[in-house]
Formats: sequence, structure tokens, C-alpha cells
Amino acid sequence: MTLAINILLWLIVFGLAFIAALRGRALLNDGAREGAWEFIRLLPRITIGVVGSGFIAEAVPKALIAPWLGPESGFLGVIIATLGGALTPGGPVVGFAIGAAALKSGAGAPQVIAYSTAWALYAIHRLVIWEVPLMPPRVVWLRAAASLPLPFIAAALAMALGQP
Amino acid sequence: MTSPAPTLPSDTVPKRRRRRAFDWSTATIAALALSAAATVYWRDGAQHFLAILGGDVTLFGEMLPKVLAGCLIAAFVTLLLPREVVARWVGHESGFSGLLIAAFFGFLLPGGPITIYPVAGAFLAMGADAGAVVAFITCWTLCGYTRALVWELPFFGPHFVIWRIIAALPLPLIAGLLARMALRAGFARENKD
Repeated sequence: MTLAINILLWLIVFGLAFIAALRGRALLNDGAREGAWEFIRLLPRITIGVVGSGFIAEAVPKALIAPWLGPESGFLGVIIATLGGALTPGGPVVGFAIGAAALKSGAGAPQVIAYSTAWALYAIHRLVIWEVPLMPPRVVWLRAAASLPLPFIAAALAMALGQP
Repeated sequence: MTSPAPTLPSDTVPKRRRRRAFDWSTATIAALALSAAATVYWRDGAQHFLAILGGDVTLFGEMLPKVLAGCLIAAFVTLLLPREVVARWVGHESGFSGLLIAAFFGFLLPGGPITIYPVAGAFLAMGADAGAVVAFITCWTLCGYTRALVWELPFFGPHFVIWRIIAALPLPLIAGLLARMALRAGFARENKD
């Protein structure tokens, strides 16, 4: 599966690069340079997060995670995970590292999905720092309110699908 | 009748804002990771420590070509798809198709919060309803390929990410419909001038 994804992604990259080249050499160079630099800038953070989450998962006692967030924790686990997601501060490296560490140390997939969905949609610090200054506040609060049930729906769908 | 097109703030087109190589979030995780690694090393020994390190580095290495592809796709889409064009599309659609189109562009547009929220603001200025804007932001957050490829994949691997996105597919439309219902019920009513 991972090879198929790689082939598909790189076909898209070459397709887009080809379209850019048709519009001019400069556009092609700009795109390639921007993309490569972004990759290099992100690399240290993602490395720290991925390797770090492995060790954090190993250091956390599994007996602590399972009853609260394990597959058997059910709807209560989903509620705890959703609250945790809403209260997690920081950028993507924090949210994904915590989610990955929880999954590795025995949290259930629906609970982790609820956590990352809540964190992505309405982590409180992000609403205040990013969204309120850039958007009309009434739309921000409307969006946050409309998002409240979504982590529960995502977790319920994952439970119904039996995946991942 | 066409209204004069409001322009997006200049930092949203077409270049993305430079990211610093290091920040406090990463520093916090690095500190946590170091203490966790030390705990594992003292508690379980060097062999176990190396086994975990090896497993994580291997998984991470396998994901790197996808991360690079994600960065390149995002860079080219940013250059090839002017955000004004997108804003015009979304701003002039309404009804259920308006939600679908907004969600589709939420999937398509790369970038971080600094670029996406001004675009969403421009949708509003061009006449999109708040429901469409909610669907756009929700889809960008939950189904956007940049975030999934660049951030989520190295942490969780393809199996988890694909199923998480499948479970998230209906959510942008649900959020958009809920936002419209809330508006009709009088929540966050717009002040009429």
C-alpha cells in the first residue's frame, strides 16, 4: 500500500510540475524551491515529534492509559479524549506527538481519532491566537459551536467501520 | 451584477510565510522526548532503547518521500491556483452545492492557519454564507492533504490516516449544515447596518 501511495503522490507532483513548466520556467523553479525548502524546514520538528512520541509511549505506564482511553473505555474514553484535544496547546508537533504516543501506549483508535479531531477543530489556544484575529469573531464562535459534536461523530463512525 | 473583488492581504498570495526552524511547541516535545528516552534507557536497558529508536526511525524514513511529495504538491498548488479565483467560486455558490464546493476547496488548498483564515474571510466578503465558510475550514482542517501527508502520516502511518480521513469525510458538510441551522435559530446573528 505504501508503494502505491508513493507512486500516486509523485505522479501528482510531476503532473503539477509539468503544468507549471508549461506556464513558464520561473514558475517551475519557484514551486520546486518553495516545496523543497518547506520540507527542509519541517524535517527537524517532525523528526523530534515522531521519534519522541515513540519514547513517550514507551515511558508512559500502559496500565495508566488503557482504562481511560483504551478500546474498552468506550464513550467515556471518547469524552476524555475530546476534552484533552480541546485543551492541548501548541502547534501540530504537540498534537500529533501526543496522539501517536497515546495510540502506541494502548489508547483505542476511535479515542485517538476523537482527540485529534477535537484538537484540530477547536483547540482553544488556536481559536484565540489564530482565528479570532483573522476572522469575524461571530463566524469563529459559530464554527466552534458547529464543530462541538464532530469528534463524537468521527469516533462513532470509526467504531461502526471497525477501522483503523 | 458583480461586486468589486476585495483583495486578499498580500501575505496570503502566493508565498507562504516563512516558518521558523524551531519553536516552543517543538522544544516542549523535545524536552518530554528526552526525559522519556532517558527513562526507557535506565529502566529497560540499552537494547530496548535501540529497538524503539530503530523502529521509529525506520517508520519515519519510509514516510519521508511522501512528506516531500506533500510539500511539493502544496507549493505547486499555491502557485497554480490563485486564491482570488477560489474565493470568487465559493463566494457565488449557495445551497448544498455551495457547501460541497467550499469543502472541496478546503481539501484542495494548502497552507497553514495564517493563509487559510484570510482566504475564509475573503469568502465572506465575496458573499459566501457562514455555513460554506465553516465547511471550508472544517474540511481544510480534517481532510486537507497537506496536513495529512506532511504531519499526520509520519506519526501514524498510512493505515490509520486513511481510515481517520474516511471517518472525517461527512464532517465538513455536517458542520456546515449545523452552522446554517444555528444561524437560522438566531445564534451569532449578523448585525444589520
